[in-house]
Amino acid sequence: MNTPISDPLGNPTSTGQVEDEPESGEQTQLNRRQFLQSLGAGLLLAVIVPVDALAQERPPRGSGPNRTANEATLAARLHINEHGRITVMTGKVEGGQGARAQIAQAVAEELRVSPEMIDVIMADTALTPDDGGTHGSQTTPRTIPAVRRAASAARDLLLSAAAAKLGVALGELEARNGQIVNVANVRIKQELTYGQIATDVANSKAFTASPSRDIQISAVADWKVLGTSVPHPNARALVTGRHFYPSDYGGPLVLHGAVLRPPAYRAKLKSVDLEPAKNTPDVASVVRDGDFVGVAARTSLAARRAIESLEKSAEWDTTAVVPANTTNVYDHLRQNVRGGADAIKNPYADELTRSTASLRSEYRVAYIQHAPMEPRAAVAHFDGDRLTVWTGTQHPFDVRNELVRALNIDSPDKVRVIVPDFGGGFGGKHSGEVAIEAARLARAAGYAVRLVWTRAEEFAWAYFRPAGVMLAEANLAEDGSIDSWFYRNINSGNSGIASPYRAARNNTQFVQSEAPLRQGSYRALAATANHFARESFIDELAVLAKDDPLNFRLKHLGDERMIAVLRAAAEKGGYAATRLLKSVGTGVGIACGTEKGSFVAACAKVQIAPDGKSFRVTHICQTYECGKIMNPANCLSQVQGGLIMGLGGALYEEVEFDAGVIKNGNFTDYRVPRIADLPTMDIHLLDRPDLPSVGAGETPIIAIAPAIANAIYHATGKRIRQMPIRLDPA
Amino acid sequence: MDATFTIRVNGNEHRLTTDPDRPLLDVLREDLHLNGTHYGCGAGDCGACSVLVDGKRIFSCSTAINEVAEVAGTEAAGQSITTIEGLSNGAKLHPVQQAFLDEGAFQCGYCTPGMIVAATALLKEKPSPSDAEIIEGMNGNICRCCGYARMISAIRRAAEQNGGAK
Ligand code: FES
Ligand code: FES
Repeated sequence: MNTPISDPLGNPTSTGQVEDEPESGEQTQLNRRQFLQSLGAGLLLAVIVPVDALAQERPPRGSGPNRTANEATLAARLHINEHGRITVMTGKVEGGQGARAQIAQAVAEELRVSPEMIDVIMADTALTPDDGGTHGSQTTPRTIPAVRRAASAARDLLLSAAAAKLGVALGELEARNGQIVNVANVRIKQELTYGQIATDVANSKAFTASPSRDIQISAVADWKVLGTSVPHPNARALVTGRHFYPSDYGGPLVLHGAVLRPPAYRAKLKSVDLEPAKNTPDVASVVRDGDFVGVAARTSLAARRAIESLEKSAEWDTTAVVPANTTNVYDHLRQNVRGGADAIKNPYADELTRSTASLRSEYRVAYIQHAPMEPRAAVAHFDGDRLTVWTGTQHPFDVRNELVRALNIDSPDKVRVIVPDFGGGFGGKHSGEVAIEAARLARAAGYAVRLVWTRAEEFAWAYFRPAGVMLAEANLAEDGSIDSWFYRNINSGNSGIASPYRAARNNTQFVQSEAPLRQGSYRALAATANHFARESFIDELAVLAKDDPLNFRLKHLGDERMIAVLRAAAEKGGYAATRLLKSVGTGVGIACGTEKGSFVAACAKVQIAPDGKSFRVTHICQTYECGKIMNPANCLSQVQGGLIMGLGGALYEEVEFDAGVIKNGNFTDYRVPRIADLPTMDIHLLDRPDLPSVGAGETPIIAIAPAIANAIYHATGKRIRQMPIRLDPA
Repeated sequence: MDATFTIRVNGNEHRLTTDPDRPLLDVLREDLHLNGTHYGCGAGDCGACSVLVDGKRIFSCSTAINEVAEVAGTEAAGQSITTIEGLSNGAKLHPVQQAFLDEGAFQCGYCTPGMIVAATALLKEKPSPSDAEIIEGMNGNICRCCGYARMISAIRRAAEQNGGAK
């Protein structure tokens, strides 16, 4: 085991291998040079991969949103020490999606070693390159190929160095098991370990390389480590409780923070009396800076008590609060559409009027919350004017910049953001508010501060997945083909908006509106809303065409990958038989979709309660295809997890609010899927070794809701056009 | 008013002077630096904070320190608390931990200590639980990564190896 790398508060860094109890007390700020020293002698290789070099490996659709300039190149740093241990540094984060294992796998594959030889250092602005945030399922299609090229370049370097040293031709050598071996002449046993070569090469210099476009990475057929179920490198630390999450940093060296929150979204602080907080026992510091009021105390209970004492005197200006609520939010969004009524006017309205087969439907999705098990958390520590923050975020470098701005720090070099593997993000941890709050408290207190949002704060003050209204209108030609297709998504977003169904004319757009709550990314973004609307609407069109929904889809789809997942889900999910032998109170529905270059289909069975007011999802068959699968066990976890998380949004989850106040901000009133909610699940991963690998963290969430709504229609003849799907909305 | 307590955690006794209203969870994390017990809701809704008290699972977020510790100068006897850190025996994992590891029953792992503690209590009471009993015993624990299917497999595996019956 390698030595844990120390950090300013004496916590272990998250290489995924640190198992020992933390050694506390080391207070030195570590810079990159010292860090490299701590890695020991060896070879450091920085590899720059231009993104366009990866173009042929990228999925055809859907580059993620918010792409930063830094993503124009993807950098990877590799270090090989004298013992041949390999450290890879990447700006990506691990929030449970399995990136750490996959990156280790990628390096192991190209350097021909076992994944246990690899340490992965992730998301530390002082050590790792900035390769953008972790979002939009980009790790698999972008980071992994870049890392593989870097590892390949390192292998080439080791090979040429060995060739020079041994005085043999490059072609006679092979990399295997951490050694360069002369394979041409086996009788004179010629071999050098990576460690030997790395020490040798490093004596001369460190390397920066831009591998050429045609650099050799292993063909799928030759994969030994990629394509296998390499376990989570942190697994042992997770089951023993020894992994340090962002909320765990600091040990005895921190104060505990708490922040005064407004009574409603957009309320502004007018005045507050800080004295009672200052007089609360165990409180070390109370700070007000504009609207920000917070305390740091010896215990988190003392901090919360101090905040309660402030709530009594705080006065708020609520004139900016938007009066929308859970019920009228959809009208609110429609009425406030940017561009006015014209923006949602169907240019094919005349065709619809003339046609004998036309349909207009409106669908809605509610505001929901990510509710990751670990709330937003940060530990902030100033050493002079240098700030270090440990926090759970999907965008470490952006958060560093946010900190620089918010705290008026004169250089980004004085801020270091470290992202330990954290407890779930799901698109909800893109921003740095908790990091900023912790840093303000730390500066005011002159002491390190740990701030962990309460569950109530997480529900009310983290951004939401947007609510949306989706308008779908179409008419069919005489031959049953789709003549015109009009689609608007109001407020929820663009992702997954493009219809895969052939239509003679198509007008599809996302339009913004005035959002009454703070909204942002969520796993798969608006692809969930758009697939719910489209896949429900297609079902409605099938009814209009007097066709079977599966048949109708197959007639109008063109993409063979989509057709493959759809057919497989129907077949394995027993669609045809259940359709034929429909018994009272049961139904089966199907839905399919694509997003971020992967394809999913779900076949859901439901059972309606005898009183007709509720239902149960009894079985789900889901098929999923994301090109060549890099880690089958992790892929299955992602698909199962996405599916069940999607079940939450489909059936239960809805943020209740009124005039900026969240009414159900706890796990009793806001229901998330629990173990008892599990239907029987039959999941099939369709491996496609002939296709590039894409991420699996998002798309598995999008098909479940429409499949259920369609099953309910099949069972009852009732069309539910709202998520969460409820038979009795009362 | 602060009081002085003796608290027995993972076989060790700790003496501390603190506010008697503090949740056991806060004392474990902030005073004893046992970070494996996690905060998820603070309200008994999610199970992330589960610990064993005399072998039974409790929510440490909803249990005040003075309910489980020995209060100096009174008759109140302290109870024996086991956290996730106390389940393994040196390098040897508890069978339930081993089963979670073998099944890969975690994604971000934040809920995992609470799950393992709850499963340990379940298997102690019902060494070979039915599926219905597993679901009932585990329904108080939320996993937002929604890795429930593997957890059920892990608990079945542990039960087969008679993990809970020790
Ligand atoms: S933190 Fe105790 S039950 Fe959720
Ligand atoms: S593994 Fe992430 S919350 Fe359960």
